[in-house]
Amino acid sequence: MYSEKVMDHFSNPRNVGEIPDADGIGEVGNPTCGDIMKIFIKVKDGVIDDIKFKTFGCGAAIATSSMVTELVKGKTIDEALKISNKTVAEALDGLPSKKMHCSNLAADALHKAIEDYRNRSKK
Amino acid sequence: MRSVYFDHSATTPVDKRVAAEMINCITGNFGNPSSIHAFGRRARMAVEEARERVAKGIGANPDEIVFTSGGTEADNIALEGAARANRERGNHIITCAVEHHAVLDICKTLEKDGFKITVLPVDACGMVHVEDVAGAVSEKTILITIMHANNEVGTIQPIPEIGRLARERGIIFHTDAVQSAGKIPVRVDELGVDLLSLSGHKIYGPKGIGALYIRSGTRWQPVSHGGGQERGQRAGTENVPGIVALGKAVELAAAELDEEAARLTRLRDKLIQQVTERISHVYLNGHPVNRVPNNINFSFQDVEGESLLLSLDREGIAASSGSACAAGAVEPSHVLTAMGVPPALAQSSLRITLGRENTEDDVDYLLAVLPPVIERLRSMAPKS
Repeated sequence: MYSEKVMDHFSNPRNVGEIPDADGIGEVGNPTCGDIMKIFIKVKDGVIDDIKFKTFGCGAAIATSSMVTELVKGKTIDEALKISNKTVAEALDGLPSKKMHCSNLAADALHKAIEDYRNRSKK
Repeated sequence: MRSVYFDHSATTPVDKRVAAEMINCITGNFGNPSSIHAFGRRARMAVEEARERVAKGIGANPDEIVFTSGGTEADNIALEGAARANRERGNHIITCAVEHHAVLDICKTLEKDGFKITVLPVDACGMVHVEDVAGAVSEKTILITIMHANNEVGTIQPIPEIGRLARERGIIFHTDAVQSAGKIPVRVDELGVDLLSLSGHKIYGPKGIGALYIRSGTRWQPVSHGGGQERGQRAGTENVPGIVALGKAVELAAAELDEEAARLTRLRDKLIQQVTERISHVYLNGHPVNRVPNNINFSFQDVEGESLLLSLDREGIAASSGSACAAGAVEPSHVLTAMGVPPALAQSSLRITLGRENTEDDVDYLLAVLPPVIERLRSMAPKS
């Protein structure tokens, strides 16, 4: 049911953890199934210097979280904003159709973290 | 890698002794039981011998057994047949919130056709209360259907008590015994049921075969129509190899019940005790004592069920979960929800169902694998 890439990211997730002095934190939840994804970013000169995640959810939720951190680490904020949930799913060689909406929220969490970073920088 | 199957309430492996009889039938007894020639008569004999075995296994008469395609069909035709045959006497049906969908969904269908359905609540252990059944009965009640044992949490319902109530009030009583057969005694007179569903593949028989017990004299009408097989009660050429296999499976289940139930109860209780000791924030779902010998259902706080299943599968352990994500459903288990388990814990459930080929070593292997798996998933979850 899951691609090999999904299982790889589920079994060996990249960038799990928290960043205590994060520049931005984004959290998304799915109230129906209870999934929670939390993304922490550290930004340096407009580039995502470090990124970590914590996720409660199914295999797809964990794999998408892991994949999004891998996709944007070292990228500029503008590049990171171009990453969509669809990009993440494609990078994982697709997700089962039932999982496309409920568990594919990692890019949303990333965008929220960026938004949080921008709001903080304004102050 | 070690491979351990702990999902016997989903399906069981076919017992070698069952498979042997089934293969003999497939290769050597292909006739149509309705044919009058020797080939047909041989097939007929095999079917009737199996009918006797099934009847004996549940304390019924052979002419009270109707073979079906499985538990779902048995449930469907039991309820639809009883409802339609008693329509002029009333239109009220009583069931409960933790029934299998094979029961709940046919009730919904009957509701669209003008029947009134009362879905009784269960307590935190998943138990239906006899007083609630009594309170729901009205003059229009024609049918009560309450499962013998629950498929997810293993809770055993007070069937004999409900059976007495139903008999006093002249109401037809059905029980889905798919998850109790082979695990606890299933005797139709002791249970006081008029209709009872069985499935082959939950008792080490093949998929695609089941049976419905219909107590002699019960007002019930056939749902399928055609060639008049099963004494006009279920049309369609008999699944002879499946029927033969079901006969053997029921016979073995009855013969080995006491010893196997005692063995599984011991393994079950060891698992419950050790998991609760070794892992924090774990909750046992279902009744502490009044549950089938092979069922264990835990909720591990902050561990999503599908992730847990995938992690165990990587270690060669097969189990199941009431998590919506695991079931490909929108909402978590209706059983756990009806028991009042909070959604987050319903999402975090793990069902382990033991079976005939499981050993103490298997249980020890799970006990070794589970704590680090839980620990890993918890370390990945955001602090709630």
